[in-house]
Amino acid sequence: MESTLTLNHFLLVSGVLFAIGLAGVLLRRNLIIIFMCLELMLSAANLTLVAFSRFHVVEGQPDYNGQVLLFFIITVAAAEVAVGLAIIVALFRSRGTTDVGKVNSMKF
Amino acid sequence: MSPLFYLFSALALFGGLGVVTFRNPVSAAFAMVVSFLGLAALFIQLDAFLVGVLQILVYAGAIMVLFIFIIMLLNVPEEEKKRFPLVSAVGAGGVALVLVGLIGMVLSKSKIGIATIPELAASDGSTDVHRIGELLFGTYWFPVQVVGILLLVSTVGVVVLSKKELK
Repeated sequence: MESTLTLNHFLLVSGVLFAIGLAGVLLRRNLIIIFMCLELMLSAANLTLVAFSRFHVVEGQPDYNGQVLLFFIITVAAAEVAVGLAIIVALFRSRGTTDVGKVNSMKF
Repeated sequence: MSPLFYLFSALALFGGLGVVTFRNPVSAAFAMVVSFLGLAALFIQLDAFLVGVLQILVYAGAIMVLFIFIIMLLNVPEEEKKRFPLVSAVGAGGVALVLVGLIGMVLSKSKIGIATIPELAASDGSTDVHRIGELLFGTYWFPVQVVGILLLVSTVGVVVLSKKELK
């Protein structure tokens, strides 16, 4: 049963999820949704890390170095979300909107 | 194993599509939770139990609660009912399709991609939590310290950013 799944399956799911996140960043105009799509892309990259970790067996066990890197990525993502959302709240306080089309005072 | 893989990857992908297409920010956030749950199930299918649980606890739990909290706090209105502008819809879809096509081309030519899931040696009783913990506090002790400082700095930064008189 297990033998039908290959590394390509997981990498393709990860790639498609990354592409969906990228399309969301380009398509949406709400800053919070754009931020959520960024998190989606980050998670898609996480799936690649876990897949490579599982398919590279060291001494009969998965390569846990990849999973440790993923631990750090999740920590950094949590910090990033906290700071990013604080910036969005500050922006909303001064401009009253989270629409990227209306925040254009630094546009040349 | 295979049907579960397709079920959970469909869950992750359709959740992601929901984030992109739902107009209501709260609906988008809940679609995101669904996507993260699917991803966590894929992690667990790859024998990464600790990381799968962390994905649920930190992403689907803490981070998404923070998002929903901010959406409620700011009272973000639903985007107007008008359709997405044609230019950005075509552009975003085109870029995504080209990216998927490129990834597909690379994967179809790769020699390591056709590897099936290798068998693991019989467990000697130590779980993956144990092994990751050994790595974190052994080989990777310095990055752990740096990440700790990063968390402290971001906490202070959030407090400063949230002050009323920030202009």
